Amino acid sequence: MSYLNSMWRNEQSRGVLIQVFVLTGFFALFSWLIGNVISNFTSLNKGFGFDFLFLPAGYDINQTLIEYTNRSTHLRAAIVGLLNTFLVAAVGVALATLLGFVLGVARLSRNWLISKLAYIYIEFTRNVPVLLHILLWHGIIVNTMPHPRQALTIGEVLFLTNRGLYVPKPIAETGIGLVWLGVVAALFFSVGLARYSRARQRQSGLQWPVFRINLVIWILLPTLAFFLAGQPVSLNLPVLKGFNFRGGIQLPPEFVALTFALAIYTAAFIGEIVRAGIVAVDKGQREAAEAIGLKPGQVMNEVILPQARRIIIPPLTSQYLNLTKNSSLAIAIGYMDIVATLGGITLNQTGREMEAMLMVMGIYLIISLLISALMNWYNSRVRLVGR
Amino acid sequence: MAPQRSQSARGYVAKVSLPALPPPIGTSGLIGWLRQNLFYNLTNSLMTIFTVVLLWLLVSSASGWFVIDAVMQAGSKQECLKIDSGACWAVIGKRIEQFMFGFYPEAERWRPLVCFLLLFVAIGPLLLPSFPARRQMLWFSAIYPVLTGVLLLGGAFGLPPVKTALFGGFMLTLIVGVTGIAASLPLGILLALGRQSKLLAVRTLSVMFIEFMRGVPLITLLFVASTMLNYFLPPGTHFDLLLRVLIMVTFFSAAYIAEVIRGGLQAIPAGQYEAAQSIGLNYWQTTRLVTLPQALKISIPGIVNTFIGLYKDTTLVIVIGLLDPLGIGRAALADANWNGLSNEIYLFVALFFFVSCFAMSRYSLWLEKRLATEHR
Repeated sequence: MSYLNSMWRNEQSRGVLIQVFVLTGFFALFSWLIGNVISNFTSLNKGFGFDFLFLPAGYDINQTLIEYTNRSTHLRAAIVGLLNTFLVAAVGVALATLLGFVLGVARLSRNWLISKLAYIYIEFTRNVPVLLHILLWHGIIVNTMPHPRQALTIGEVLFLTNRGLYVPKPIAETGIGLVWLGVVAALFFSVGLARYSRARQRQSGLQWPVFRINLVIWILLPTLAFFLAGQPVSLNLPVLKGFNFRGGIQLPPEFVALTFALAIYTAAFIGEIVRAGIVAVDKGQREAAEAIGLKPGQVMNEVILPQARRIIIPPLTSQYLNLTKNSSLAIAIGYMDIVATLGGITLNQTGREMEAMLMVMGIYLIISLLISALMNWYNSRVRLVGR
Repeated sequence: MAPQRSQSARGYVAKVSLPALPPPIGTSGLIGWLRQNLFYNLTNSLMTIFTVVLLWLLVSSASGWFVIDAVMQAGSKQECLKIDSGACWAVIGKRIEQFMFGFYPEAERWRPLVCFLLLFVAIGPLLLPSFPARRQMLWFSAIYPVLTGVLLLGGAFGLPPVKTALFGGFMLTLIVGVTGIAASLPLGILLALGRQSKLLAVRTLSVMFIEFMRGVPLITLLFVASTMLNYFLPPGTHFDLLLRVLIMVTFFSAAYIAEVIRGGLQAIPAGQYEAAQSIGLNYWQTTRLVTLPQALKISIPGIVNTFIGLYKDTTLVIVIGLLDPLGIGRAALADANWNGLSNEIYLFVALFFFVSCFAMSRYSLWLEKRLATEHR
């Protein structure tokens, strides 16, 4: 007893003791839970295994990026769902970033009206649950948008109806390779020009209007290739036939509502992050940059943004991650993402709750661990090196 | 009045100082403000005018739908449409009791109401340092959770028992939100300390828990709580769904709180730890008296943000079939009488969340200012 007492008084042996207690407790709890699962499974005559993934799914999915019929396997349904998750996440992230940066800059605008409007938008949006945003937008599209016959349209190309958004479908014809070549050439040229002009500026202080030259190149090269190849892209426009549209791409209301709502919601957070990042750059930096005669654009691009970026990017990434995780709310409006396919219909049809939920959670866990690993790598790269 | 000029040859010396001229017109007052903030150059003037026109169009069309053409009293959507073309707020009026209490028995609704009013008495002394008789009232805050539990569930002191499946509406939001907030802070603190611990086993387990909870969407955890939790418990165990949800929500938000507090702990200079050790404080004394109070103070904005997030996330319980305000709203939409009034219902629920979340974020700003002790 006194031996134990003296062990407790020594810091190192106490540490070992505590860890032994904690680990014993943890493994006891863990084995108790697993034991319960095993006894529950045997009493219910359930097995554990992933063979159900190769059975035919037997349900339809209204939006698929790869080929899928209801005779495809559950695994393929899960992949379709995962791709749908990625699609919403990618489009949502792009829209949210765009809107978020506009909001962040608008918040800092000298124009009182614009900065106040941005503030009101941000406060109203981020203080309302994202699920409510999704349901509200879904309701707006389904209940208040017109029937296809009275569709809202932009230039007879885009049509918004209560059955979703109809957009033209570009169809590649022979010779499309030349256009891609033009795009790639423009990419190489612009990167090369940016690098060269930066090096030139470092050496001589002389500048080129890099952005304008690149803009011209980006428009010119692909357009030139497009006409040289004999206009190899045709648009399949949505056309009203009977009660609905034919042709084009139909984006179902669920997809439009989900993407839109996630983008609008996340943009409010991104706006605040951008504002905070810009404000956090020391005032003296701006003043010094102005004092040595940089133009407003240069002050922003060469001095403020490189420093703000370091502050903005980590929380920005976690917002992207949040958007991706929030896309799981798709199930509330019936968009078939990974949770709705694998964790929803497949789970209910096969009764494999354990396996299906383990897979769904595993997938999200992998995505978020990957992104945070990427983030740590970025942080260590841009960190200010102290002297 | 012209100043007197000295006639002597010694040159010009003013005898009296000139009265200050008024500032030029257009740099002060309303005009000056307008010029500086709305019309300071051409682009911005155009932007202002454009925004005003846009705003006017928006407000004039929205006010028609929201107020002027809106219907406050009607029996169904069809009746609304007969009366006017705007919003049919009648659905809110008809369902307001459900929105507030869910399906809590009508005769017993005074109980959640009393709990709601007592909530302010309970959190008042926690939030406001100037609360009257604060020390004594904190005892009330401590027994409040037990009191609420007894009042809401009944089954004691002659109160008829009420099943948790009947809980719903804003009442459910507050139950899940307040319980989650109250329970996740202590758990989050423990997890943050665990993650900072020198003991490898404690640290690893904390990191695993935190990263797992933060890595998966809350909705999957709720699914686990509703469909799978029974497998992990001895056969035949029955475990209230609301309680399972409360536990999951608490775990989820504790992981986020832990990360916020870890940030606060890391921001404290090493000198604070060393000073505490050098005057002979042990680990728990150091934590309780020196590092944690400072860390919590720095973390207030993050903690409140997490709380707001948790509060908003309570809406996800509809996915597993609990009837929070969104669930009640969806039930109303499924009613043939109110079919299609999603805008009215969702905007009403949104207003509720906006008011509560906005109040929370204002409170955190106020607290931050009050606790700011560093030199400015």
